[in-house]
Amino acid sequence: MAEEDAMNDERRVGHSRREVLKTAASAAAVAAMLPITPADAERAMAHVEAALERQAQGTAYKPKYFKPDEWRQIRVMVDLVIPKDAKSGSATDAGVPQYMDFFCTEYPSYAWMRDALRWFDGFAYNTFRKSFMKCTDAERRRLFDQVAWPAKAAPTVRDGVTYFNRLRDFTASGFFSSKMGVADIGYVGNKAVGSWNGCPPAALKHLGVD
Amino acid sequence: MTQPKRLEYDVCIVGSGAGGGIAAHALTKAGATVVMLEAGGWWDNSRDSKMFTWPYETPRRGASTPDHPFGEYNACVGGWELDGEPYTKAEGTKFDWWRARMLGGRTNHWGRISLRFGPDDFKAKSRDGLGDDWPISYDDIAPYYDRVDRLVGVYGSKEGRRNDPDGDFLPAPRPRCRELLVKKASDRLNIPCIPARLSILTKPLNGRDECHYCGQCSRGCATNANFQSPDVLLFPAQKTGKLAILTNAMAREVTVDDAGRATGVSYVDKTNGEDRHVRAKVVVLAASACESARLLLNSKSARFPNGLANSSGLAGKYLTDTTGSGVAGFIPRMIDQPRHNCDGVGGMHVYMPWWLDNKKLDFPRGYHIEVWGGMGVPGHGVAGGMHRYPPGGGYGRDFKNDVRRYFGTTIGFDGRGEMIPNEKSYCEIDPDRKDRWGIPVLKFHWEWTDYEHNQVKHMQETFRALVAEMGGQVFNPMPGKERGYGISNGGSIIHEAGGARMGNDPATSVLNAQCQAHDCRNLFIADGAPFVGQADKNPTWTIMALAWRTSDAISGMMKRREL
Repeated sequence: MAEEDAMNDERRVGHSRREVLKTAASAAAVAAMLPITPADAERAMAHVEAALERQAQGTAYKPKYFKPDEWRQIRVMVDLVIPKDAKSGSATDAGVPQYMDFFCTEYPSYAWMRDALRWFDGFAYNTFRKSFMKCTDAERRRLFDQVAWPAKAAPTVRDGVTYFNRLRDFTASGFFSSKMGVADIGYVGNKAVGSWNGCPPAALKHLGVD
Repeated sequence: MTQPKRLEYDVCIVGSGAGGGIAAHALTKAGATVVMLEAGGWWDNSRDSKMFTWPYETPRRGASTPDHPFGEYNACVGGWELDGEPYTKAEGTKFDWWRARMLGGRTNHWGRISLRFGPDDFKAKSRDGLGDDWPISYDDIAPYYDRVDRLVGVYGSKEGRRNDPDGDFLPAPRPRCRELLVKKASDRLNIPCIPARLSILTKPLNGRDECHYCGQCSRGCATNANFQSPDVLLFPAQKTGKLAILTNAMAREVTVDDAGRATGVSYVDKTNGEDRHVRAKVVVLAASACESARLLLNSKSARFPNGLANSSGLAGKYLTDTTGSGVAGFIPRMIDQPRHNCDGVGGMHVYMPWWLDNKKLDFPRGYHIEVWGGMGVPGHGVAGGMHRYPPGGGYGRDFKNDVRRYFGTTIGFDGRGEMIPNEKSYCEIDPDRKDRWGIPVLKFHWEWTDYEHNQVKHMQETFRALVAEMGGQVFNPMPGKERGYGISNGGSIIHEAGGARMGNDPATSVLNAQCQAHDCRNLFIADGAPFVGQADKNPTWTIMALAWRTSDAISGMMKRREL
């Protein structure tokens, strides 16, 4: 089957094909990075996305707040906000969507989430005549670019700026309070130490109080 | 345990917090049999503390809930809204009433800031004509502050400040890096920044271990290195064999005989809703200022139609709270901080005591400044508001990197100041509402005056100047006069005092200088209710010293058969 071939390709090629496919902007770009034809790349992209989808659906977590299409959309959005990089994994790697699902279920103050997802879908239709999920990665980024810097955003997307600020805050909160995120941000407390002798020289020097 | 074992105890104490705990400790040591009623359930830090829990161990990541308003792992059972225990407010009143419902009460979650009142604070009216003088002086209570210091432990430094008296201090922990930055700015603005005074052990004391600097005092300390009533006061008192603690016991009223002597306390056994009564020769109320006032007002009888010990009509009156206002600043100097363990104790290592002459200001009383900030344990809400910082928002790899760079770049200041007690701030019984056990509830009336508004304006201006002096930026504009310059709601600082004030004149006070009710000689109060006024300091250390002094008075009177 095609997706099994895709997975085998991954092992042969030696680095994460899934990662390439997830982050590549187009089939042409994928073909440039891997030793396959653009047509193969298109098919592989579709198959891998479907396989990842099934894998995600098959995990133990069943969202209570997010409907299936919202669950797909939020997972794409949080990984755009906090992607994998050299230091740590992505928002989905850190369980951010599950964290969001919990809060949206438990706290009425997160009712804006559904509105935010719809707003971005509407914005995608207005801009590209297709849903957010049917947009390419590059198209999704162009949508985000218009609301991600409040000081530069047009007044017409004021609601989107608000939603994006909240989404960014919510994603960062879920990521950097996760085990992966705490390690990433470099917090090293929350333990018993034998004595307190003030802060180390490097910390004092940095603030000019040494 | 919810039922008393003895037919009659020497003393019944209502409330197991700072004052009740000291009273139980002192009275059992003096040989009295004591029964203590606590409305909440049992709490034992060695078992119940959530110390060292990581936020990611639960899906809530440490966020707050209605019954844990200060955070999921915070050591308080209780909060602003209790199921079945409402309170009401007069129209226009902004007052929030905190109820802890657990063994040890608020001492489980408080900030451990342990400041003695100074000589001026007991005689404030003599100095500026406002409020009233206490019937005691600093010299009357100083020996008791000493005892509390030695039993409980408090760190600090000897500074020789006249109205911030030195205590018997354990060594203060060295300032953190960010606190040294604060001190530099503070020094340039001529605001004294000195070691703080917190009841956290920096050396072993009385069998308790020294702090291990995990910064999580508010979760309850599993090794009891900070002060809370159960481990420091109650469990040692139980070792005398003379202390019985009844938990889940909601006091309903103090019972009196025809001669007007207190005979004991009626209470509800919350485990089954049954009414019970415990007999005692002496009753000590220490249920927190408002609850003690509520008990007086609800203890009506033929002899006391307006409430027990209330011939002055002042039960519930002259209620006060600390004034509060805060500012947080983004400090660019702190970007890219070298990572290190900056936890320290669960509170500030430095603070700023009141430093100005009020005669030169447009408000009569002072405030102290508390300092917070830096790299704390990342929980729900971490890295919020990044769009306000220089990069201006964004997403993706750059944003992820921005969060790392800007982590812990906030320093905050909170002012805690003294209000003038006023006639418009008080609590009374609401004739139309009862709680789930049929006990009439309190109705609050509250008003800040321009004395407090102007003081808080000064706080805002001072904190913004400090942030500017550190090269920082405050994101939120200063609240204007229409918002009271950002003053806290009454009750929200959780330092209520008054409601049964002390005084030499029974016409204008509820209690005498021994915190004994003028009208009922075997009734005493040992929480914040006896306070005549506040100070530019937190009330807890004074609650404890005063409770100890009151307990000595009780012991002496019992020995002389005067009760």
